[in-house]
Parts: sequence; C-alpha cells; structure tokens
Amino acid sequence: MALALQQLINGLTLGAVYGLIAIGYTMVYGIIGMINFAHGDIYMVSAFIAVTAFTALSMADISSVPLSLLLVLLVAVLFTSVYGWAVERTAYRPLRGSTRLAPLISAIGMSIFLQNMVQLTQGARVKPIAPVLVGGIDLLSVDGFTVRLAYSQILIVLVTVALMAGFTYLITKTSFGRQQRSCEQDRTMTALLGINVDRTISLTFMLGAALAAVAGVMVTVYYGVVDFYIGFVAGIKAFTAAVLGGIGSLPGAMLGGLIIGLIEAFWAAYLSAEYKDVATFAILILVLMFRPSGLLGRPEVEKV
Amino acid sequence: MMLQLSGVHAHYGPIHALRGVDIDVQVGEVVTLIGANGAGKSTLMMTLFGQPRASSGRVVFNGEDITALATHAIARRGISLVPEGRRIFPRMSVLENLQMGAVLGEPANFAIDLKRMHALFPILEERGLQRAGTLSGGEQQMLAIARALMSRPQLLLLDEPSLGLAPLYIKKIFQIIRELNRDHGMTILLVEQNAHHALRVAHRGYVLQHGRIILAGGGRELLANPEVRAAYLEGGHAATAA
Repeated sequence: MALALQQLINGLTLGAVYGLIAIGYTMVYGIIGMINFAHGDIYMVSAFIAVTAFTALSMADISSVPLSLLLVLLVAVLFTSVYGWAVERTAYRPLRGSTRLAPLISAIGMSIFLQNMVQLTQGARVKPIAPVLVGGIDLLSVDGFTVRLAYSQILIVLVTVALMAGFTYLITKTSFGRQQRSCEQDRTMTALLGINVDRTISLTFMLGAALAAVAGVMVTVYYGVVDFYIGFVAGIKAFTAAVLGGIGSLPGAMLGGLIIGLIEAFWAAYLSAEYKDVATFAILILVLMFRPSGLLGRPEVEKV
Repeated sequence: MMLQLSGVHAHYGPIHALRGVDIDVQVGEVVTLIGANGAGKSTLMMTLFGQPRASSGRVVFNGEDITALATHAIARRGISLVPEGRRIFPRMSVLENLQMGAVLGEPANFAIDLKRMHALFPILEERGLQRAGTLSGGEQQMLAIARALMSRPQLLLLDEPSLGLAPLYIKKIFQIIRELNRDHGMTILLVEQNAHHALRVAHRGYVLQHGRIILAGGGRELLANPEVRAAYLEGGHAATAA
C-alpha cells in the first residue's frame, strides 16, 4: 500500500513532465499536421540551458532557491523558445507545401543535429548540478518503508497544473488561441481574414518549446543530472502520451502524459524497472493498432 | 476606382484558368461576374488574394498595386471574402467565428458590429454558442457573410453565396446584398451561377467564359441580352461549354 502510494506520487510527477512535452507535439501536429521529432531534443536543450544557468547563478553567489528557480525558468523559456522558432524557420517552413514526408525527415535530421551539437559543445558525459531543492515531507511509514513527497515533486505538479490552466485559457479564450485553432481548421481561410498564418505557426512552435523548457528545468531540478540523450527517450514517451490522448487534442496530451507517467511508475515498481520503457512502447503500438484517434482525439474521417 | 484588374492571367495547377481578365469596380457599385461552372470565377476571386498568384497582369486596389502582397496583407487593405463553400470554422462556436472575422477590426467596434450582425441575422444570436459545423447550409452562409462584414471591409467579395441553398435563403441573401449596398454604401463584387438573381441586383456585370471576359454591360442590359439569356438564363449552363 505504501509502495503504491509512493509510486502514485512518482508517477504523477513524471506524468506532469510528459504532459508538458506532449503539448508541444500535439499543438504542432494540430496546426501543420507533422510530428516534430526534434521536440524532445528541444526539451534536452532546455535542460542544458538550465544546468548552465544554475551553475552561473551559484558562481554569482545567488543562493535563494525561489529566486534562482525563477531566473533559470525565465532564461530557459526565453532561449528555448528561440530554439523552437529557429527550428521551424530553418527546417520546416522552407518545406511547407512540399510532400508530407519531407518535413518529417527534416525533423529527424534536426533531432540528430541538436543531439550532436550538444554532445560536441557540452561533452558526452552526464552533467550534474548541485542539488537545488532538497528535502521533502514524510507522509507515512509502514514496516520501515517511508512514503516521501519531495519538495521538487510538489513544485513540478504545482507548476504543471498552473501552466496547463493558463495554457487552456490561452487557447480557448484569447484572440491568439482562436487564431491558432482557426489555422488548424482552415489555414487559407484564416489568411483571408487578415491573419499572418506564418506568424501564428511560429508562435505555436515557440509556445511548445516554452512548455518543453519548463519541463526541462523541472527534470533538471528533480534528477540533478542531464545528458545529451535525454531528449530522445523523453520525446518518444511524450509523443506516445500525445498519441494515447489523441494527437491534436490538448486535454488529450495532458491526460496521456499522466497515464504514461503512472503506468511507467507502477510498471517499474511491480514488474520490472529495467524494462519500464517497454510499457510505453507497448502502449504506443497498441494505441496505433486499435485506437489510432486516441482517447480524446477526433476520428480521422470527418463529416464535411 | 476601387478595384481594377488588368490583363490578369492565373494558373491553377496545370490549368490556365484566367487568360487576360480586365475588370473594374467603382466605389458604391454592385458588380457581378457570371459564367458557367469552371469558367474561372472562383479562381478570379482567389487570385485577388494571391491564391494562386496572378502569373501576369496587375491587381490595383485604391490606387495601390496589391498583386504581389501576401494574402493576409491584401485582406488588411480592406477586402473581405465570403468564399465558395462558406469555409466557416466548423469546430468553433458561431460567436468565435464572428470574433475571427473581427480580428482586423477595432476592438472598440466589436460589440456594435456584433449587435448589427445579430440584427441582420437573428439566428446567429440564437445559436451563438453552438458549434458552427452543426448549422444548416443556409445558416452557415449567413455566418460566412456576417464574419466577412465584422472587419468593416471597403470591398465585399461574395463567391456563389446562393449555391446549394433553399429558395428562401437565396431570396434572403440577395435581399441582404441589396440592403448592404443601398443602405450602407457597401461596394460588392458578386460571383454567381444564378445569373438571373445576380444581374437583377447588380449595377454592372461581366460574363466570364474559359478565363476570358466575353461580355460586359449594365445589369439590366445583360439581363435582356439574347446571348446571355440563351446561355445562362433559359438554357442552363451546360449549353455554353462549347
């Protein structure tokens, strides 16, 4: 029971991170119909920006935890958004109007490029940071097993909930959100109404990257280590979350992230920690086979 | 002169859809463009917005050459389109569709314009929160027109607004076109297959065939023209194909 509770806490934390990354996949798919396979690496880049920023702050003798977290978040969101913008501008926009496969291949190329760039400039070894947020609350203790809720876990869940609420508001209630959704439904018509569609697409990439940046900072705080390869695994898991929730659906991405996080945590605890990634990939295959539109997605064939 | 096309050619994929079109629209006019299916009417409308872009010739709006501008930049000059097939945003509410139409407008005008549209099309107020895709064809056409008017355009383009609608809605749409022009001074370019209705509401008309203007004149004049009568009013459209 205690173990289940602990895994529930861990799973929710993981799920929050996957959900944040999954939103970027689902939004980009919604607006231009492509899977941005470089999105996981954007998240990895943000984790490295976070490591650099934390190191710089500790050298500058800034020891206040809330202040340094806030500064690192700002820096990471800012720089990662620029990465998101640049990736779209250089690797995808020139291919718009070409075949469906071309931007997909370009995305894989961009993913390899980003991994290699970070590997070359930052080194291939795991990079640690000094613990930022230590400690936690001991919830209960059964037979020597203590269920612990780390402060970093509370932070991750709270930040994710706040971001998702704000983001849902942005998409459903604001003018930018409407433009984003209208681009999804009919790009030509959106342009005919005087909206700069290229700009809306750029902003969508930047928003997705910004959310991935927050996930990158959170994971850096949570685990304390990063390497150039973390984007690949996290990316595929978040992609699975987006597919499970229904690619193109925002609530679906959040729900999918949560489910993947929980399944992974429980699988690791009760079945096999070594094979925990198998769970995610099995879900991806099963969803694609039996319910390609996901839990909350629209069916592919639509009445016109 | 508000709008002038001179020598406009356009290609739609491999098809040479417009072969040197000259038309103009003066301030305060209703001008109609009639022609059979596939004559190039819709291509002409979209070419005004650079979709596809004119391969040669010029489009001038209020004295400015807009031929090479981006689609959204052309819309921002004050041209609004009610496209063929309506193209409302089906997964957005009726109200959201109207908000989309108002993106270019002054935020301060939104409430006033919304009220005007609700007065013009009461159904849009009733169905405000309903998904636009669930409206009937006629209601969707009303929504498409209202959405186009929300930006307070100088020039309103209507592409086959009566296509596929019940007679009651057709009547209502032509009545609205007349009112917009007469009471609000709206300049309108109307593309129609329904030549009878279109020529009656228009000050002037053009007949488009195989991407060329083959006839031009006043609305009443074209309505009385034996060639037009034979091809577009009495015999139907198929007869003109050759």
